[in-house]
Amino acid sequence: MTIEEYLYYIILPILAISVLLVFCRFVMGPSIADRVVALDLLITIGITLIAIYSIVYDQSTFLDIAMILGLIAFLSTVAFSYYLEKRNRKKREKQRRDD
Amino acid sequence: MTNILIIILSSLGAIFILLAAVGFVRMPDAYLRISVTTKAVTLGVGLILASAAIYFDNLSVTSRVLAIVLFIILTSPVGAHLIGRASYFSGNKLWEKSVTDELDGKYQPNSHRLSSGEEFEDEDEKRKKKIKERDLL
Repeated sequence: MTIEEYLYYIILPILAISVLLVFCRFVMGPSIADRVVALDLLITIGITLIAIYSIVYDQSTFLDIAMILGLIAFLSTVAFSYYLEKRNRKKREKQRRDD
Repeated sequence: MTNILIIILSSLGAIFILLAAVGFVRMPDAYLRISVTTKAVTLGVGLILASAAIYFDNLSVTSRVLAIVLFIILTSPVGAHLIGRASYFSGNKLWEKSVTDELDGKYQPNSHRLSSGEEFEDEDEKRKKKIKERDLL
């Protein structure tokens, strides 16, 4: 068994199962925070998938895309949390006005 | 030799990521879920990227991998803190069996004020009065 076969037939299925589990939580997730964290986690597992594929196909240029995905994951988390807090502020102001 | 090292590192990383995913489904509370994912997934990503760096054995790939790992280690706690803060402010409840809530009673949801618990309510106004009196004298 070469190392490419080991990665392709054992490591990739483990990562695929973990992606499925995270996607379950993304669908179930009772609050919005759970869904945002699940998205972040999906992108982070995508980085590892890209790393494994770059080993299997012997293409080191795939890692550039992994770097960009890391940047996008952080940006999306920050943007989502910013708009969550902003929405809460608007809701509070509306409540105060109603009172 | 390098093959064995790659197999060990990638297996450990995959196991950490799988455990993080299982914990993400099983944990009872949004904050516990955030805490699980930030730690275990960061370690798993670091291990698998390290195995890629060992496989290619190349300076450009190693520097790229180091940049990715450093960036993830820097940003994942910040993102977790931000999303946890936003979910606490939006009124997300803690698990009923959690031991402490250190922000309990220190956050007023209708005025969005967060006190540290050290100061008193009127201390700011008292200080302002003192400064005014000193200015008058």
